Amino acid sequence: MEELLRYITQGISLGLIYGLVALGFVLVYKSSRILNFAVGEFLLIGAYVTWTARVVWHLPVVLCFVVALIAAIILGLVIERIAIRPLIGQPILGVIMMTIALMVILRGGVLLAWGAIAKTYEPRLFPATPIYIGDLIIRQEYVWGLVVAVVMLILFTYFFRFTKAGLAMRATSEDHQLARGTGIRVKTVFSQSWIICAVVAGIAGIILASMTNVTIDLATVGLKSVAVVLVGGLESVPGAIIAGLIIGVAEALAAGYIDPWVGGGIAEVFAFGIAMVSLLIWPWGLFGLRRIERI
Amino acid sequence: MQPAGTFNMAYRQDMAIIRTRFQWVAFIGFLVFFFTVIPLGVSEGMLSLINTIGIVIIAVLGLNILIGYCGQISIGHAAFVAVGAYTAGILTHHFGWSAWATLPFSILVASLIGLIFGLPALRVKGFYLAMTTLAAQVMIIWFIAHGEHFGIPTGGSYGLSVARPTLPIGNMVITLPWQVGDTYRVFDSVINKEWEFFYLIMVFVVIAVFLAKNLSRTRIGRAFIAIRDNDLAAEVLGINLGYYKLLAFFIACAFAGLAGWLNVYYFASAFTEHYPLMNSIWWVGILIVGGLGSTMGAIYGAVFILLLDYGAAVLAPMIGNVFPAVGNQILAASTVILKGLVIALFIVFEPRGINHRWEIIKSYYRLMPFSY
Repeated sequence: MEELLRYITQGISLGLIYGLVALGFVLVYKSSRILNFAVGEFLLIGAYVTWTARVVWHLPVVLCFVVALIAAIILGLVIERIAIRPLIGQPILGVIMMTIALMVILRGGVLLAWGAIAKTYEPRLFPATPIYIGDLIIRQEYVWGLVVAVVMLILFTYFFRFTKAGLAMRATSEDHQLARGTGIRVKTVFSQSWIICAVVAGIAGIILASMTNVTIDLATVGLKSVAVVLVGGLESVPGAIIAGLIIGVAEALAAGYIDPWVGGGIAEVFAFGIAMVSLLIWPWGLFGLRRIERI
Repeated sequence: MQPAGTFNMAYRQDMAIIRTRFQWVAFIGFLVFFFTVIPLGVSEGMLSLINTIGIVIIAVLGLNILIGYCGQISIGHAAFVAVGAYTAGILTHHFGWSAWATLPFSILVASLIGLIFGLPALRVKGFYLAMTTLAAQVMIIWFIAHGEHFGIPTGGSYGLSVARPTLPIGNMVITLPWQVGDTYRVFDSVINKEWEFFYLIMVFVVIAVFLAKNLSRTRIGRAFIAIRDNDLAAEVLGINLGYYKLLAFFIACAFAGLAGWLNVYYFASAFTEHYPLMNSIWWVGILIVGGLGSTMGAIYGAVFILLLDYGAAVLAPMIGNVFPAVGNQILAASTVILKGLVIALFIVFEPRGINHRWEIIKSYYRLMPFSY
C-alpha cells in the first residue's frame, strides 16, 4: 500500500511536468495549427539557462527565474520569426519536419553550449527540507510542480476565456483569414503563442531538472508530452494537464509493477503505448474537438 | 519536358522511363561503369560509404512510397528495417539458415509488422499518424531489446552475431591477372569484402529503384497519389482508402525489410543501436531534401545527406587537429546541427527538393533557345 502511494505521488509529480510541456504544445497548436516537436528542447534550454544563472553567475533564485523567462521569450520570438513564419500555408509534413529539425538543432546547440555532462543545481533552487503529509514525505520540488501546474491551468483557462489576446488566439485557430478580417494581427498572435510555449516549457524544465539532474536526456519528455497531447486532445488546455497526470501515474505504476517481468525500461515506451491505444479508441483525444471533414 | 520538335507518337513512348537512344546509351554506359570501375577501382573506405548509401536508398525508396506517394507520414521506418534485420538475424544465428533462405521471410515479416502498425492509418491521419508511427518506432525497438523476456531470442542488448552470406559455388578462387598479390580483390564464395557487398547491395538497389519507379505509374501508384492529394476526394472516386493505405504500408515495409536484410549481413550482426529513432527522422529529412514523391529524389537525397555526414566525419578530426580546444563532442554536435540546418533550409527555400531543381535545369537546356 505504501509502495502504491509512493508510485502514485511519483507519477503525479512527473505527470504534472508532462502536462505542463503538453500545455505548451497545445497553446501553439491552438493558435497556429503548428505541431511543435521541439517543445522538449525548449524545456532543456529553460533548465540549462537557469543552471547557468544559478551555478555560474550565483544569482538569487528569483533572478534565475527572470533570466530563464527572458531567455525563453527570446527563444520563442526568434524561432517563430525565422523558422515557422515562412512555413505558413505549407503542407503538414514540412511543418512537422521543420520542428523536428529545430529539435535536432536546438539539442545540438545545448550540447555545444553546455556539454554532455550531467549537472545539478548547486546551490539548490528549492529548499531541501521535505514536506510531511501524514506518512508521506514529499520533496518541495514536487509541491512546486503541483502549484505551478494548477496556477498555469487556471491562468490559461482564464486567458483563453476572458482576455482579448486569448480570444484573438482562439479566433486565429478557427480561421486565419476571418481572424484577419476582424482586425486581429495573426502574426502577432503566432509569436505570442510561441513565446508562451517556450516560457511554459522552460518552467517545466526548471522544475523537472531540480527533481533530477540537468542533462540532455530531459528532452525525451518532449516526445512523451506529444503522446500526452494525443491522449488529451490537441485543442484542450485542461485535457493536456489531465492526460499528463494519467500518463504520469500509469507510467510510474508500470515501472513499479510491470518492469520486473520484462527486464526494465517499460517507462520509456508506456506513454506511447497508451497514446496508440487511445488513438484507436478516441481518435480526437479525451477532450479534443471532433473535426468534420469536407472535400 | 520534351525538347522542341520531339513528339510522342505512341502511348508506349509517352510511358517510357528511358525515352531516346542517347539516354539508353548513357544509361547502359553508366551501369557498366558503375559495376566495373567503381568496385574494382575505389578504395575500401569509399566503397563502404557507397554501400551504406545503397542500403539507405532502399529503405528511403520504401518510405517515399509511403510518404511521397501515399501521403501517410511515418517517423518509424527504422524500426521496420530493424524487424527485417532481426528476422534474418534470428533465423541465421539460431537456426543456421542461409542468407538467401531468410530473404523472403525478412521482407514478409517486416511487411506484416508494418501492416499492423499501419492499422491506425484507417482511423487517423496527418499528425496523428506521425505520432503512431513514432510510437511504433519506440515500441518495436524496445520490444526487440527486451525480446528475451517475451520468448523471442533477439539477444537483447548483446545483439546477435550473424554469419556472412555465401555463394553456392564451392571454394572457387578466381584471381584476375592484375590482382596477383592483392588478397582484397580475390573472389571467393563468402561475401565478406566491401566490393563483394557492393555487387550484392547494388543489384538490389537497381531492382528496388526499378520497382519503385514502376509502381508510381501503375493503378496502385496513381491511387496512392490521389489519396495523398485529397483522401476524401479519392474515396469519392472509388478508391478503397483502407485497402490502399494498408497496401502502402505493406509495400513500404517490404522495402524496409529488404534494407534490413542487407544491413544485418553487411554488419554481420544485429543491434538495436543500428536502428535508432534518429535514423527514421533523418530518412524523412532525406526525402524532403531530395524531393518528396519522386524516385530519383530519394536517391539524390540519400546521396546528399550521407555525403554531408561523411564530409563532416572527415572534416571533424581535421578541425580537431587545428583547434585542439574544440572537443570531439562539440564536433559531433555540430554535424547534427549542420544536417538539421540543411533540412530546415530546404523546407524553407526549396520544399520540392533537389529533384525539382534538377528538373528545372533539365527543362532549361532541353528547351534551350525557347525557354519560358
